[in-house]
Amino acid sequence: MGEGRRPSILFHKGDGMGRYILKRIFMLLPVLFGVSLISFSLLHLVPGDPAILMAGEDANPEFIQAVRKEYGLDQPLYIQYFHFVSHVIRGDFGISIRNREPVIKLLKERFLFTVQLSFISILIAGFVGLIAGIISSTKQYSLFDHLSMVGALFGISMPIFWFGLLLMLVFSVHLRWFPAGGKGTILHLILPAIALGASGAAVIARMTRASMLEVIRQDYIRTARANGLREFIVIYKHALKNAMIPVVTVFGLEFGYMLGGAVLTETVFSLPGVGRLMVDGIFQRDYPIVQGSMLLVATTFVLVNLLTDIAYAFFDPRIRYE
Amino acid sequence: MNEKGLLKRGQIGEVWRRLRRNRAAIGGGIIVLLFVFIAIFAPWLSPYPPNEGDLTKRLKSPCREHLFGTDPLGRDLLSRVIYGARISLQIQIISVSIALVIGTLLGMIGGYYGGRLDNLIMRLMDILLAFPGIFLAISIIAVLGPGLTNLMLAAGIYSIPQFARIVRGSVISLKEKEFIEAARAVGERDLDILFRYLLPNSMAPIIVQTTLRMATVLLTASGLSFLGLGVQPPTPEWGAMLSNARAYLITAPHVATVPGLAIMLVVMGFNLFGDGLRDSLDPRLRD
Repeated sequence: MGEGRRPSILFHKGDGMGRYILKRIFMLLPVLFGVSLISFSLLHLVPGDPAILMAGEDANPEFIQAVRKEYGLDQPLYIQYFHFVSHVIRGDFGISIRNREPVIKLLKERFLFTVQLSFISILIAGFVGLIAGIISSTKQYSLFDHLSMVGALFGISMPIFWFGLLLMLVFSVHLRWFPAGGKGTILHLILPAIALGASGAAVIARMTRASMLEVIRQDYIRTARANGLREFIVIYKHALKNAMIPVVTVFGLEFGYMLGGAVLTETVFSLPGVGRLMVDGIFQRDYPIVQGSMLLVATTFVLVNLLTDIAYAFFDPRIRYE
Repeated sequence: MNEKGLLKRGQIGEVWRRLRRNRAAIGGGIIVLLFVFIAIFAPWLSPYPPNEGDLTKRLKSPCREHLFGTDPLGRDLLSRVIYGARISLQIQIISVSIALVIGTLLGMIGGYYGGRLDNLIMRLMDILLAFPGIFLAISIIAVLGPGLTNLMLAAGIYSIPQFARIVRGSVISLKEKEFIEAARAVGERDLDILFRYLLPNSMAPIIVQTTLRMATVLLTASGLSFLGLGVQPPTPEWGAMLSNARAYLITAPHVATVPGLAIMLVVMGFNLFGDGLRDSLDPRLRD
């Protein structure tokens, strides 16, 4: 497959890729509808009058009435939902109850920060996980294999927040290599990203190892070896290419989980991310903030999954015809 | 696989024989048993009452009197960690049971009847899965409000899709098998087919998922409590204890070390045991 032909392959007549993408997007619609419905319902599921919840319990009746009118809470529910969605589509997530700023402004800054943190985490997780997984599979049952699989077990078993605290204790408090919290430079992000990426690294290492072991046992690898190809070429050119296909899916999923899990790291290292914004919103009963965070993170996760699925189908044509 | 359930006596013996040879799984099983033992016998095992502190003994390092030291209110950390096992086990059992029952039912109904009903159930699961990881549990807490009961509900709902998907997959692969067709041919009712034929034959993946979920639920629940959204002080829950310890990281690092270690060990125990069970119940899945 020539590199130059790739873009046309995407929609080549009869290869099913275009149809697959359309089908996946079509399947996305009910999920996005559900996500928007859940975010919208939040205010109405919480016990109590939504207007009082938003205005605060000790607000005077005039203010409560004003809030009811401002947010359209006196309208029938389906009209409220319609307004909610039409505003969200235009990027209007309402006004924060506590600091009277547009939610989108607060969300934008915080969300970009969380994406940045998750991105560095997935880079670290991918780098560590792939290298550990590949070496483990080529040297199965060696000391390295055992050590990296024990490491992976720790990675999936350690609570993110505890690992973050330990990293902070060792590298910020004792060794003073990294700042203990806050944002500013890339150094501020290293420890939080490691804490957040540990379980991802573990999952990627396990998956890479398992996938490589399966591929190495295949006939064509045996043939490549029998043809006298150097082991390095057999592993890195022939085996790795095919073994990576299922690992692609894990990358997408793990990135998504990091967006969600970032809230724990953000709390440990006092970082201004979207997860923290949402949790503070829950404590302060700032419902537009909570709704906006829910919508944004879930929609991003759904889109990341869509891209992962498309990438998977691109690498493995069998998927398109299922 | 036989017709009336996977786990007949001979097969249980076979599974146990395979499990026994898996040292990691046995290690995990021992950790889990120890954890359950500590949780049940907490009042007899803990040297001090978990919520009574002596302010003259704040933040003491581990010593003979207090093996794990004391916390900022002078409470014995060992006793709090021991009682914490109780809270954790309670959360795990209730949350996983909620997910197990609802998820299994949804998966069986969707897989067996197929069509629109299946589509509806699976789209609902997709919607739940659209919230990544702990974010779903946080969103549920946003609706229900913080607290122990709501935490258990949130952690339970969070795990429903995993059970539903696994059971659905198993039911779909089983329902075309001859023994199910035979059951239908002799006039067995749907309810009997679902609960007397399909459910027993889906037990292997359900058991494995239940064990592994015990680990995930503990991580999620302690994470929520760490964020202040779950169990509230002074209840000795491990995640909440860690949240409390953050302020004393420099002066008393042991306060953060002990509860975190407890969470990790228990999660590890369930993971090792769950992985071992999977390998023993279906050796083809290994590597």
